[in-house]
Amino acid sequence: MLKELTRMVAAVPRADVDDWSVRWSRTRTRKWAVRRGVAEPPAASVADGALVTAVVNGAEGWAATADVSAAGLAEARERAAAWARVVGARALVPMVPTDMSEERGVFSGPGVQGEELSGAEIRDALRMLEARLRAGGDGHVVDATAALDVVDVDQATWTTRGGSTLQRMRIVAPNLAATAAKGAVSQGRSLAGGYTGGITKQGGFALFDVPRLLGEADRIREEALALLAAPNCPSGRMSLLLLPSQMMLQIHESIGHPLELDRILGDERNYAGTSFVTPDMFGTYRYGSDLLDVTFDPTVPGELASYAFDDAGTHARREWLIRKGILERPLGGALSQRRSGLPGTANARASAWDRPAIDRMANLNVEPGSSSLAQLIGGIARGVMMDTNISWSIDDSRNKFQFGCEWGRVIRDGQLAEVVKNPNYRGISATFWRSLSGVGDKSTVEVLGTPFCGKGEPNQVVRVGHASPACRFDDVDVFGGVE
Amino acid sequence: MSDAENRFSALADTLFTRLSGAEVVLLSVDGESTDFARFNHARVRQAGHVQRERATLRLINGRRHASVTVDLAGTGDAERLQAALTEARDLVSGADEDPYLLYNTDPVSTRRVEHGHMPDPAEIVASVADDAAGLDLVGIHAAGPIWRGLATSLGQRNWHQVARFDAKVAAYLGGDRAVQTGLSGATWDRAAWRATLDAARVKLDALARPPRAINPGRYRVYLTPHALEELLGMMNWGGFSASAHRTGASPLRRLKAEEAAFHASISLIEDTAGGWAPAFTSDGFVRPDRVALVSEGRFAGELVSARTAGEFQLAANGAEADESARSLVMAGGDIPAADALARLGTGLFIGNLWYLNFSDRPAARVTGMTRFATFWVEGGEIVAPVPVMRFDESLLDVLGKNLVGLTAEVAELADNGTYGGRSLTGSRAPGLVAEAFAFTL
Repeated sequence: MLKELTRMVAAVPRADVDDWSVRWSRTRTRKWAVRRGVAEPPAASVADGALVTAVVNGAEGWAATADVSAAGLAEARERAAAWARVVGARALVPMVPTDMSEERGVFSGPGVQGEELSGAEIRDALRMLEARLRAGGDGHVVDATAALDVVDVDQATWTTRGGSTLQRMRIVAPNLAATAAKGAVSQGRSLAGGYTGGITKQGGFALFDVPRLLGEADRIREEALALLAAPNCPSGRMSLLLLPSQMMLQIHESIGHPLELDRILGDERNYAGTSFVTPDMFGTYRYGSDLLDVTFDPTVPGELASYAFDDAGTHARREWLIRKGILERPLGGALSQRRSGLPGTANARASAWDRPAIDRMANLNVEPGSSSLAQLIGGIARGVMMDTNISWSIDDSRNKFQFGCEWGRVIRDGQLAEVVKNPNYRGISATFWRSLSGVGDKSTVEVLGTPFCGKGEPNQVVRVGHASPACRFDDVDVFGGVE
Repeated sequence: MSDAENRFSALADTLFTRLSGAEVVLLSVDGESTDFARFNHARVRQAGHVQRERATLRLINGRRHASVTVDLAGTGDAERLQAALTEARDLVSGADEDPYLLYNTDPVSTRRVEHGHMPDPAEIVASVADDAAGLDLVGIHAAGPIWRGLATSLGQRNWHQVARFDAKVAAYLGGDRAVQTGLSGATWDRAAWRATLDAARVKLDALARPPRAINPGRYRVYLTPHALEELLGMMNWGGFSASAHRTGASPLRRLKAEEAAFHASISLIEDTAGGWAPAFTSDGFVRPDRVALVSEGRFAGELVSARTAGEFQLAANGAEADESARSLVMAGGDIPAADALARLGTGLFIGNLWYLNFSDRPAARVTGMTRFATFWVEGGEIVAPVPVMRFDESLLDVLGKNLVGLTAEVAELADNGTYGGRSLTGSRAPGLVAEAFAFTL
């Protein structure tokens, strides 16, 4: 496609613009699901188009079109240029020539050239998985779904400064969820939480590992049923052990979003919000305890937001954001770095062909520590272990949060004890991470992600990856439900 | 007919000639031609145009069906739809028979087209760069036509097209002290926009007073229509869904089971006739003008999609698959809006709520934050701005035993969301005075 795009761009007549660029993407999505014993109708979609930017006298405009013929691109460039002329001197950020990428390269993620499964094979496997979610539940499993999404992404960029990139990814996302109900009580368990779409990674159909998923289906069913009879989570200040499928949400909301440089610069104040982090904090601010190490790492094979170039064409590399608890750098693409004078990351990203790139998370990971899960549990006299996010809420500066999980286990005197339902906790980002008292080793790490991170005006939802070990926090405000 | 309508109709006609045997196709389209301008510090951060039209071809053969969605480009679209038909045939051939398949086989055609006057790019930029002089303004303008269409091979044609601008901005005083405001409509009115900004300036004056932090606890509150809309949005997340009520996922289970009741002044309807959404569903059904959801505090009705109707042997009533209201309207009460602060007396005026989620869904318990203009009020007078606070409260309580009253006036709240495309939903809500509203952090 890169050759095709280059050929089409070359066919577009020269125009009265200083610079222009094209970012093209084609995203093919296929969905299968079996719910309550019935296969849902299969669905496929293709989103195919390009966003063209034009710079005129230092002002930029953009235009998005599904017509990627030479004529369509030329028309979009003229529309973008017209916007650039209207913006003129009223631009917040005058563009400079170096804002256009000169990077060239290709990237192909795992599984791109892999084998296919037929629709019938997928449906039959989902039937088996969904049946296991309901098996032997005495009719108390009132809802169950087994689903698979497969997403193939091709994207290319081209700039008048010589930049050209081509990237291809395949994403395979199996998902399992069950709801159990008895009387007035209903409880759910899922593979990785309701907002994740399942275990969402880059890779081939090997990620649709049916034997492993059958075991997960058994666990999800049994845990949903167990929650029906469980007491509510206790309330009070106590230790909190978060497993990776809750850690990913904790990282996302109270480290990822506050470190986004466009939020710090105020672009998101009308919608997604601002940040309690200010530019003067980088290099000195104690974000967490000495145990907290956080990286932006687009190089992890198979993690959901791995790539070689962001959507501005900047080459992507691993960067430390927080090291030994000290804040080092924000999540900001090349333009935000120039605006702020701060270092950053290659994270200018767009959700689709019809949206301009803005600062986003990509792969944001907590690095593993040295404790086994048993050691983390053993260090808790009174606390709760929580797994799998079910509820998330945080203020617009990403400080005061309240999160809830599907599954809780009381920890008493260093031992796992009874199951509890409706486990919730609340805290303040600026101080919460300083209470980090234990970080799990590699054996506790899970690589997870979600395709549903929302932000931006106009609104955009992008894929983000989060890898994390289990982590222990002290003196946290924990509470349960009311029924 | 509009260009988009003509183009869609011609594409559908061509596609339907290519069907064979017992094949039935429901072809739907959603499109927009939108100028977007994003601002920060009253200057242009990003500005551009989206020309987007997305078609979904749903092929039905007997009880087997599948859907394929493609972007239309304005050129070569007949071939795109032909390719989509080929892919859909492949999917259908491998699909199971669907016991819950239900679509409209009795064609009913509808048409609603509303024209307007949109601001052009120069007007959009001037409305911020010139009119917002002296304000730290941040936000977005979106302007242009939005359309939805459906054509079926059984002869049905439905078209819904509106011209709409949505300006939503926040004026900042510093830190988290800000006023959010906006203007939406079909006919751009620069004078009305300037009046909107002037009203924001008055509120900013109040925000300039020394802030007063409050401790967690229970307080009497006045929720503006914008704030109440957020609570209604949570109720609309499974609260009226027939499927959710049958699968243990509804936050209003207790209301439906008559184990709890809202205050008798609470009435809610899905108001398609007076609302924002198309009057037809993607399954080809025409929506009823109104569906009563809550009447005088008691659960009155569910929203039933075609699929749920098949699954649970119910009568469908115009809901899409998510079974959420598209035009949710709450009736007003008897408090004149001008008297709302007086009825509040002493407590919190809450301009906006933000980032709500369930903290205990079966108990209808919701957590979230205050955002933008929140004030401490004494004796019916604004005293001081209040920094953001977290609440954790039951919908059943705030709309039930703790409700003091609703304003008589009901605000129009068009949704300006743009995830995947510009929204065609909205709500109407009054302001609300309640006591013992719980703040936790």
